[in-house]
Amino acid sequence: MAELKEKVLTRHVGHADQIDIGAAMARGAYTVLPKGLKLGPDAVVEEVKKSGLRGRGGAGFPTGVKWTFMPQETPKPRYLVVNADESEPGTFKDRLLMEKDPHLCLEGFLLSGYAIKASLIFIYIRGEFVEAYQTLLRAIEQARAKGYIGVNVLGSGWDVDVILHRGAGAYICGEETALMESLEGKRGYPRLKPPFPASYGVYGNPTTINNVETLACVPFILERGAEWFAGIGREKNSGPKLYCLSGHVRRPGVVETELGIPLMKLLGDHGGGLLDPSRRLKGVIPGGSSAAVMTGQECQDLIMDFDTLASKGSLLGSAGVIFMDDSVCMVRALERVLRFYAHESCGQCTPCRIGSDWIHRIVRRIEQGRGTAQDLDTLVSVCDGMVGKTICVFADAAAIPAKSFVAKFRDEFNDHINLQRCPFPMAAGGARRAPA
Amino acid sequence: MSATLRTGVKFAPAGRGLSDATLKKIDEAIARYPVKQSALLPALWLAQQEQGFCSLQAQEQIAGKIGVGPAFVAGVVSFYTMYHTQPVGRHVIDVCTTVSCWLRGSDELVQHLERKLGVAVGSTTPDGRFTLRTVECLGSCGTAPMCQIGDLYHEDLTHEKADAILDGLK
Repeated sequence: MAELKEKVLTRHVGHADQIDIGAAMARGAYTVLPKGLKLGPDAVVEEVKKSGLRGRGGAGFPTGVKWTFMPQETPKPRYLVVNADESEPGTFKDRLLMEKDPHLCLEGFLLSGYAIKASLIFIYIRGEFVEAYQTLLRAIEQARAKGYIGVNVLGSGWDVDVILHRGAGAYICGEETALMESLEGKRGYPRLKPPFPASYGVYGNPTTINNVETLACVPFILERGAEWFAGIGREKNSGPKLYCLSGHVRRPGVVETELGIPLMKLLGDHGGGLLDPSRRLKGVIPGGSSAAVMTGQECQDLIMDFDTLASKGSLLGSAGVIFMDDSVCMVRALERVLRFYAHESCGQCTPCRIGSDWIHRIVRRIEQGRGTAQDLDTLVSVCDGMVGKTICVFADAAAIPAKSFVAKFRDEFNDHINLQRCPFPMAAGGARRAPA
Repeated sequence: MSATLRTGVKFAPAGRGLSDATLKKIDEAIARYPVKQSALLPALWLAQQEQGFCSLQAQEQIAGKIGVGPAFVAGVVSFYTMYHTQPVGRHVIDVCTTVSCWLRGSDELVQHLERKLGVAVGSTTPDGRFTLRTVECLGSCGTAPMCQIGDLYHEDLTHEKADAILDGLK
């Protein structure tokens, strides 16, 4: 278990000229690409497997293992899809990398595309990220002019093209199969799995989908070795990691540190503590709003890695860490979380289409002082009717946080119902009541 | 030109056809992809860039080029929140009000903007200058509260800062 003593992924984000290929190359961009192309695809996969790199998009699946799911022999073209649809509430790390160091991202995408023998790399970026889109578009053209993208890249015999594809505002398109549907020019409805993308992906061809931050780690793994990467952080939870701090924290923003940092150290050393130091930490959403909430008490010795959070019934997810101090009404906070899911449900599966909206309306009713004694039981029962009963995990992502808020702050929900009003002052938490 | 159902759902106005320059760009987008239907989202972006929204006539032209029915295109348009099916103000103000922004005062910002512009969320000022909307998470939670106006993010907003930005837009 080792701490990260330096910045790795974010080491050059402070340089305004880093978006330009000349300046980026002067700082070492594209020096690992030729090395990777000499190793050969299988050796790149092996090194990434050995590093223990786990997907940074939310699921934490071992990246090298995912790559081995691609068929060895196939007459079909293979694709790498980069998931740059960063939309999980509380998450803004990939945006930083794409806007500030697009060539690091591209070098990672190219090395990874090479590893899975992709002939085409799609980058699916959310529609709102216009600056990142334009920065990446320019970076792609610059890399193409240098021969890093195109026919016979650096004499390796590998041909690859890169297509930057812009979404148009739909959270669900961050789900890998919805993303592929959207990429094919359709509504972003998730597909049933299996078949998994490695056997039936974009246009039915073998496809691997990885998150931006995940692939940005690849050049460093090849440059410094799998052992270096595996030595940072904790066993099976290794490497540098970008955490996104937001909410009631003094210094919000992206923090790069080792995977598995204790939450209180993240808050104290990197976030500068709570926004209002006279307040108490009431709750933390540790991995984007789809993760179960942790109480201030539970946060005291919480390790921020995939396995620890999973063992506590929550998720590291996308590492969007949202801090809430004791001015926050947790009913109102849950109402705000659920409003997102009610809005973003794609509507394909009945339990999610009906349930996401239903649980939001119940919580809104409680917050507005119109809750009844049965509401909490109904809420939990609707949540149970959603989890695991739909094509994708969106329904779980709405229902599990909802259940966690109710379980951990039940007294607050009961107070609302008994008093028939919200006991918190209007201004607390910096928010008014939800509109009727 | 626009039809309104009793439920308040508005269909896109017929509008006019796309310019030759935009149609050419759509052809170029189609050529970039292995399967031409993939160019549907890019084509709709191009249409909206020219007309400010995706008019029915533009949707039909795109349907013809992509090789799908107009109803298919309408289904895609309605799925994605960033495509407008109605003309909007010259500047669309999208204020993020999801949980991180809410914790940092996004609701107060929305109230302030409603008062300043004299319109409620979801509407356009009578002079056609601004459309005010609230949106879900824009991925700028560390610099909350924030809003997107057109292509640009405006972050770490105070009411004064928002006023100055809006006053600078014609």
